[in-house]
Amino acid sequence: MNKREFLKGLILFFPAGGILRAIAEEAAAKETTAKATDKKASGSAESKGYDPADHYYGMGIEIDKCIGCNRCVEACKVENNVPDLPFFFRTWVERYVIKWDGEVLVEDISIKDRKSKASAQEDRDVVRSFFVPKLCNHCANPPCVQVCPVGATFSTKDGVVLVDSKRCVGCRYCIQACPYGARYLHPVTRTADKCTFCYHRVVKGLLPACAEVCPTRARIFGDLKSKASRLMRFTRMNKIHVLKPALNSEPKVYYAQLDGEVR
Amino acid sequence: MSPDRVAAMYELLEQVTGYIYPNEIEVHWGILVVVYPYVTGVVAGAFILASLVKVFNIKEVQPTYRLALLTALAFLLVAPLPLLLHLGRPERFYEIILTPNPSSAMAMFGFVYAWYLMGILLLEIWFEYRRDLVVMARRERPPLSWIYRALSLYSTDLSEAALAFDRKAIKVITIIGIPSAFLLHGYVGFIFGSVKANPWWASVLMPIEFLMSAIVSGIALVIFLYMVLWGLRRQPIDMACLDKITSYLFYAVIVDFAVEALDFIHRLYQSEESVKILGKLITHKLFMSLFVLQILLGMIIPLGILVLAKLRKLGDDLRKVIYFTAAILIQVGIFSMRWNVVIGGQLFSKSFRGLMAYKMEVMGIEGLITALGALVLPFIVLIVLIRLLPTTRLGEVESPTA
Amino acid sequence: MKIPEQIQRLAIVTAVILAGVVVTRFLILPRSLVSTGLQQASAIEREAAKPVKFVGSSECEDCHHDVADKQRVSFHKNLSCEGCHGQATEHLEDQSVELPSPGKRKFCPLCHAFDPSRPTGFPQINPTTHNPLKPCIKCHNPHDPVPKKVPAECSACHAQIERTKAISSHALLACTKCHTVPGRHKTRPRSALPSKPETREFCAKCHDKGATVEKDAPKIDASAHGGPYLCWECHYPHLPEGRT
Repeated sequence: MNKREFLKGLILFFPAGGILRAIAEEAAAKETTAKATDKKASGSAESKGYDPADHYYGMGIEIDKCIGCNRCVEACKVENNVPDLPFFFRTWVERYVIKWDGEVLVEDISIKDRKSKASAQEDRDVVRSFFVPKLCNHCANPPCVQVCPVGATFSTKDGVVLVDSKRCVGCRYCIQACPYGARYLHPVTRTADKCTFCYHRVVKGLLPACAEVCPTRARIFGDLKSKASRLMRFTRMNKIHVLKPALNSEPKVYYAQLDGEVR
Repeated sequence: MSPDRVAAMYELLEQVTGYIYPNEIEVHWGILVVVYPYVTGVVAGAFILASLVKVFNIKEVQPTYRLALLTALAFLLVAPLPLLLHLGRPERFYEIILTPNPSSAMAMFGFVYAWYLMGILLLEIWFEYRRDLVVMARRERPPLSWIYRALSLYSTDLSEAALAFDRKAIKVITIIGIPSAFLLHGYVGFIFGSVKANPWWASVLMPIEFLMSAIVSGIALVIFLYMVLWGLRRQPIDMACLDKITSYLFYAVIVDFAVEALDFIHRLYQSEESVKILGKLITHKLFMSLFVLQILLGMIIPLGILVLAKLRKLGDDLRKVIYFTAAILIQVGIFSMRWNVVIGGQLFSKSFRGLMAYKMEVMGIEGLITALGALVLPFIVLIVLIRLLPTTRLGEVESPTA
Repeated sequence: MKIPEQIQRLAIVTAVILAGVVVTRFLILPRSLVSTGLQQASAIEREAAKPVKFVGSSECEDCHHDVADKQRVSFHKNLSCEGCHGQATEHLEDQSVELPSPGKRKFCPLCHAFDPSRPTGFPQINPTTHNPLKPCIKCHNPHDPVPKKVPAECSACHAQIERTKAISSHALLACTKCHTVPGRHKTRPRSALPSKPETREFCAKCHDKGATVEKDAPKIDASAHGGPYLCWECHYPHLPEGRT
């Protein structure tokens, strides 16, 4: 190529580069103004007097109070339209029976019409027996949010992990990543679903359905930012455990009187 | 939910042993997610074989160079299909490109895939074929000539300097391509290996295991294709080439075996909490697919017969039979490895207290027929590619060395 | 310096692709498709707008304050109205819609049937043997369920202990033999706790070598056996020696 051709190429190069640059600059400007409006938009609930920045939700569970009546499981299914089949649960209750010989029997009492093998053990063989309610732990360091490829599952400012069912692509990576088995694929929407701490109730000042109907107040829903709440007293009066602490997911469901055999 | 599905799930509930979290009854990543790492694995393996020629100057392997590149391309093009089909909402796939979550390995893999396809594989194939494309564009009738002209990007320069530039470009791209191929399939291993919730998957060795088994399957597949294609064309097979490739296959299988054995021994020795349920998993649920298919048929027997072919001076025909058999057995073994990792990881509960079952549908978007289709499609794409792009450089005559 | 033809061609293709990507992403696509912030905000709004099914007991108290006042000081004070009566949204909107009041015998045992995993102290009965065929509400007002007659047996609330003791060598011992039960324990169980034996001499009354009562009880030398510990710190009195 000679000088003429080189200059010809150069002449084309600069305008082309300039056009691309102008597009990029305008786009960047749009991004910054858009990000500002996004920030405002995410606080849209503010207009109704609720500021998510004032709250940080968690739940306490007292094992010694749970009587395994399943009211919570049924209320949750009603409140949140969870399919009434034994394959999908936003919350469930486990029964542990620990025997003298070290054998640990665990069963899910939320699956109806099943013969209970664990409760049929001889009294003399059993050394401890109790119920453990389980639900999404709304972790502060959630592995499910980390792996979602499209950002459909996310943590809100008030500490609740939600799933955007309009954006979830149903890849199920979050279901694989959850160490607690809290998630399932909703058979109708074909998107991931899980406990939301009944967010639609909580922003209105109500309790989640499970905590509302629990007859023994074994579930204590509360605001970790509030200094005077039932949850704060709970954390003061009890030694607190979380499930699978070694995984560092920083769960926000705190168990009191949790047995070492519980996984 | 359809009554059939409900009935099927009640059956699954009956097959649970021990305790599982209730939501774990459904195995979410089924046969399609087993096919996917198998397909991308072949890509990485075939590319590594091609790199032996251009970067390490192993001249004997030259006859399979173009075939390896085309195999890599055919499989890479089909790879997103099983992924797309297994989504609960495949019509929303574009979100992974528009709003990817940077902390998600699955999302970032989309970009690694795009880089590898556009920046490495297509680029290398273009440089390798550019001269032939220009020649064929002039030689063929329309519309084929238009296709070749377009594919050559309207290139015309066939001077020595241009051809030398092509060769240099290929070398540079292949050098960058080797770590890119490692990234491509190592990433798939990372997608599993980074899931701390699942002790069967969570291992630092997982990307390396996936990569080594990918290299094994890719090389073995190119051997298989080379023998089949040249056999169909009634062209003589270059035995020096085949012997060389097979020896690299041999080394790759040894390394793969070593890495997987290391993982196994490591787990057994560390004896972490999950070792009990994982032991139950492999003895009750994965016995056939792990010990018989993956290890015995997939590694030990092929290693044995390859050693036999190496040590004893066997005739050409017998060696060909051994290589062909080994290539097929290895494919079975590597596919089983994917099955054992993907399905195996979902057959035990994260409560470490129970095992469940996987019932593979036959029909349906995630069924066996779809999976087989996804496995067969790359070969069809390869046939089309080979029709378009010749596997031997134009004007060259293959001179097989006996 | 001459740019090779290949690079020219590739540069054009790359530029076209890049331009296409930039134009599509920044100019053509609407913000709602590409902004995670916007999408999450929209998701939060949609989630918060979902309908509420259980209204909460405080809503019921506004009208049903007499029932609420009675229940507030009863054993059922922790129960929510909707836990038994079901979701009240329809009734809140239209008072003529009545909520079910569960009166059948199969309802109350959901909580009160004996279950070995239920915590001790929680009142449990055997639904088959406890006043069979009578509806529970005939004797127990659900809003103040204290039974007509104060239970004479500890087993009304401590069924698990009773069952365990019944198969043990202490089966014929009354609870009050070892535990002093303050009267208030029956109405304020957690505030007025029964006592446990505080001395080794208590068990030694029957189990010491020199004891004159209970000739069949196993005997040990109370001054030597078991060091400074209280007997029940090792032996479970409701099922001594556990397994046998």
